[in-house]
Amino acid sequence: MLFRSHILICGGTGCSSSRSKDIFAAFEDGLKTQSLDKEVKLVLTGCFGLCALGPVVIVYPEGSFYSKVTPDDVREIISEHIVKGRIVKRLLYEETVKQDGIQSLNETNFYKKQLRVALKNCGVINPENIDEYIARDGYKAYEKVVTAMTPQQVVDEIKASGLRGRGGGGFSTGLKWQFTKDAQGDKKFVCCNADEGDPGAFMDRSVLEGDPHCVIEAMMIAGYAVGSDQGYVYVRAEYPIAVQRLQVAIDQAREYGLLGKNILGTGHSFDLEIRLGSGAFVCGEETALMTSIEGHRGEPRPRPPFPAIKGLFGKPTLLNNVETYANITQIILNGSKWFAAMGTEKSKGTKVFALGGKIANTGLVEIPMGTTLREIIEDIGGGIPNGKKFKAAQTGGPSGGCIPAELIDIKIDYDNLISIGSMMGSGGLIVMDEDNCMVDIAKFFLEFTVDESCGKCTPCRIGNKRLLELLDKITSGKGEPSDIPKMEELCQYIKDNSLCGLGQTAPNPVLSTLRYFKDEYIAHIEKKTCPAGVCKALLNYSVQADKCIGCTLCKRNCPVAAISGEVKAVHTIDPAKCIKCGVCMEKCPKKAIVRR
Amino acid sequence: MENVKMINLKINSLPVSVPEGTTVLDAAKSIGITIPTLCYMRKVNEIGACRVCVVEVKGARNLVASCVFPVAENMEVSTATERVLKARRTTVELMLSDHDNQCLSCMRSTNCELQKLAHDLNCDQHKYDGAVNDYKKDTSSPYLVRDNNKCILCRRCVAVCSKVQDVAVIGANARGFKTHIGCAFGRDIFDVPCIACGQCITVCPTGALTEKDDIDIVRAAIGDPQKTVIAGTAPATRIGLSEEFGLPAGTNVEGKLVSALRLLGFDKVFDINATADLTIMEEGTELLHRIKTNGALPMFTSCSPGWVKYVETFYPEFIKNISTCKSPQAMFGATIKTYYAEKCGLDPANLFTVGVMPCTSKKFERLRDDMSANGKQPDMDAVLSVREIARMIKRAGIDFVNLPDGKYDAPLGVASGAGFIFGATGGVMEAALRTVVETLEGKPLEKLDFKAVRGMKGIKEATVTAGGRKISVCAASGIANAKAVLEDIKSGKAHYDFVEVMTCPGGCVNGGGQPVRNAEKLNFMDIAETRAKPIYAGDAKNKIRKSHENPVVKALYEEYFQYPNSHRAHEVLHTTYAARKKYKDI
Repeated sequence: MLFRSHILICGGTGCSSSRSKDIFAAFEDGLKTQSLDKEVKLVLTGCFGLCALGPVVIVYPEGSFYSKVTPDDVREIISEHIVKGRIVKRLLYEETVKQDGIQSLNETNFYKKQLRVALKNCGVINPENIDEYIARDGYKAYEKVVTAMTPQQVVDEIKASGLRGRGGGGFSTGLKWQFTKDAQGDKKFVCCNADEGDPGAFMDRSVLEGDPHCVIEAMMIAGYAVGSDQGYVYVRAEYPIAVQRLQVAIDQAREYGLLGKNILGTGHSFDLEIRLGSGAFVCGEETALMTSIEGHRGEPRPRPPFPAIKGLFGKPTLLNNVETYANITQIILNGSKWFAAMGTEKSKGTKVFALGGKIANTGLVEIPMGTTLREIIEDIGGGIPNGKKFKAAQTGGPSGGCIPAELIDIKIDYDNLISIGSMMGSGGLIVMDEDNCMVDIAKFFLEFTVDESCGKCTPCRIGNKRLLELLDKITSGKGEPSDIPKMEELCQYIKDNSLCGLGQTAPNPVLSTLRYFKDEYIAHIEKKTCPAGVCKALLNYSVQADKCIGCTLCKRNCPVAAISGEVKAVHTIDPAKCIKCGVCMEKCPKKAIVRR
Repeated sequence: MENVKMINLKINSLPVSVPEGTTVLDAAKSIGITIPTLCYMRKVNEIGACRVCVVEVKGARNLVASCVFPVAENMEVSTATERVLKARRTTVELMLSDHDNQCLSCMRSTNCELQKLAHDLNCDQHKYDGAVNDYKKDTSSPYLVRDNNKCILCRRCVAVCSKVQDVAVIGANARGFKTHIGCAFGRDIFDVPCIACGQCITVCPTGALTEKDDIDIVRAAIGDPQKTVIAGTAPATRIGLSEEFGLPAGTNVEGKLVSALRLLGFDKVFDINATADLTIMEEGTELLHRIKTNGALPMFTSCSPGWVKYVETFYPEFIKNISTCKSPQAMFGATIKTYYAEKCGLDPANLFTVGVMPCTSKKFERLRDDMSANGKQPDMDAVLSVREIARMIKRAGIDFVNLPDGKYDAPLGVASGAGFIFGATGGVMEAALRTVVETLEGKPLEKLDFKAVRGMKGIKEATVTAGGRKISVCAASGIANAKAVLEDIKSGKAHYDFVEVMTCPGGCVNGGGQPVRNAEKLNFMDIAETRAKPIYAGDAKNKIRKSHENPVVKALYEEYFQYPNSHRAHEVLHTTYAARKKYKDI
């Protein structure tokens, strides 16, 4: 059936929480009322990426990119754009507006420098319709491997592509496949790690929500390559949309005979099940993930033995992350040379990042490896809002580190990030400006790891807790000069002794901020000040006498009666009573109150 | 060992050659280097969690846990560099920072693996002072106390409970710094289907798990002039006790134990080996009766109360298969409070019976329903574990090692070798066979040793022919093994007439009331085997080796019980069982 228009509505998590489903319903309703439902096709897609502008609606063939749409806007889009062919300019993303009409989304700064491989279908197809996936070359890669390639050829192709694990570690995917293929075992498993847990990261979630079949197909290919007929996707229960769409996709694939026994009559069998995680960060660690699938408390176990040799239920197991799988079908279809042509010498292909923090274009971006941090922040991300200065970017989540402003021209790849004390991680990228206190940032991430530690090994369970207590001490103004070497020593110990990757990398945020922002630590300890004005205990509020007009507003609003002063006379704040809530500063009409 | 590939490596620059698959910990041990461990338990808890055993491996980015790290060709290991020792010290210092550190008043002081490591590694107790968890002690049960303020989360208790016993009533709760060991949903240990075996206590490296201490109850009775305080010592007690006084494991200190009990003020010191013989008479007769009358078979032994509780809780369909005989301890108490009281003209209310046991489950058994032969007083008034009796002896300033050998009091002072071997797995079975086979054959046995049921294997099977009938038997120890036997019986895979089950792996020699097992005993010794040896030696030396030839037992029947399984014997020496709910309120 041909349609004269396609309306794509983002059904990613971000847009869903700002009512994109209501928008979808409004369109459905509106089109029916106008009897246009046979002429216009509505598609609820996965994430477009520009979450900051959500909910997003794109109307083709014009390619009008409507941003921040509300259900109330729908009637206007239908009556103006669909019926009369007049684009609703007030809703257009301003960057797409040209004097002579609109420009393609791909020409905007946000998309121009991106290269969509893993996210190829995200925001393009209806993830709940297998036919749309198939129409975009879906299951063609699987067909190719089972009919024209030996398992070893598949492994060789992945090896030649140079693809490295997108979950954070960056281990060669091809080698992992080879190890699992070579392992002896009557039963093997293929697992997908969709337990994305870094604060602010939503790459894997978006892939599963926007293109679940590409993960299923990649796992089928992996099953063929390593000799496994059973796969598990371990996805956190906090991703209900991803879980639901993945289940729909699995059901559809089964219905089409793409999962199950003797697929397409090739003799190859593979089936897939979802296992829900309960949101423990540590279950993203491969051995903990498998322990959890087995039905035990999610805790890591020592390696060796590695999963490829003795993994899930003691059997050889291949475990890759969602984004890693999302690259597989394209490598098979386009060839390893095509893939290896993208990126840097040792980091091939692209990487998806979840941009967040102090950045204009919060969202999901996919860039070729080797793109500089500056390009990501300034061009794609649209820079820092409110005219603030860029201070640092945090990559790798709680396991990563901070990249200071002076390194903004670093080319993003696995090895460069490690060399400066951070890591690629799964792709969270949090931007910080001058208002961020780096000691506080370190504390934030360490608080996260301390909270998420499984408690199995001593260094992580108690060591990180003690480290956090030292940071607490410093941010509350009780730090001593000896605390810095003590922290450094403890960090090194925890890295050197923890059982799993979570513990071993937990001190990274502390180490990297100590490396690049030691002056801030020293200011907290020696001058008892927080240069960024974040750490409450180190702040003092005072009234600037020359600006105070004695209006008494601050005095009347102070919840603890810490402010004294008569009408039309200069007021003063008693630091002994002040609880640093900041109400006075907010209320003062003359900006006479300062925080230092 | 043929076809095993040997791996060559260097440890502290010394060349070492060990079979492939050996851990660095074992490779080091083979050249005389003991790497400290806390969480490691061979084959039971190989989790690499405590990080005390870390070593440096050349080329590895981080330190590795030697307990789980396999050797590799040309590997270069350093076990005591500054980096390694500092790491171990920090690990222990961190443990101490979340520990109550009340060593002076801790039951495990001087016998604590954490304390020893802290001392050996020259730890600064206060280096990492910070927040300390504060947990409520679990004193809900009559047999054990959990004090998580002393727990270092090595999880040896969890592993033994789930893997060796397959009961799995404890596990890690909460996470991160708040992780603690406990029962599901924070329940008390007496509110879950714990079988009271006490294995968790014997593997705890610190004072986090201890038996419920009943010394004060016993001391009070001894101090009460009205009371005649009577001790009964279990077979395996006299072996394990030696270790509490620095004697080599596997030393039989029976005579010193008897002397020490007298010095402690016990009025009478009896041997429960004698009532073990009585048990054989009753149980053997019961078995013969079941065989003759097509009763419920296989018959299971009933002397291990943890096992009995396990069946009542998890396999109630097998309750009918458990012998109705009370355990030797309960038969002892019952005999004292009836026969002995009558014989000596004593008011049973003034008799105070104390079991000196290698067991914690016996503390629970004492309180079971129907454990009162005379219907007024309990059969047993108190039960002391080997550890408690050792503490009592030390507290009283008794020079145990140099004590002269004492002799048990009459009448319950003579026992057969059959009664003695109750202390090791397979012993009850062997003792029973000596009597049952002889009875069926109608002539004296030529060979008394039933070696097929000896040894530390978890499940042992044998078939004997007696009176023209084949009797198929099995002896299992450790509940995980017992469970496997039950499942095999259930599925029809196995057919037995008689099954002995000991709750603890290896039997009472390795009971939950025995001396605790430190890393050395857990990982580099077969402690159960070592403790079983003197028991079989004692049996071999004994002139009386069959229960039915024990003159004390004969007298008991002549004077009181008439004959085995008589009406009176049933009243005094037998009991009943009932299905138990796993949780009282669920």
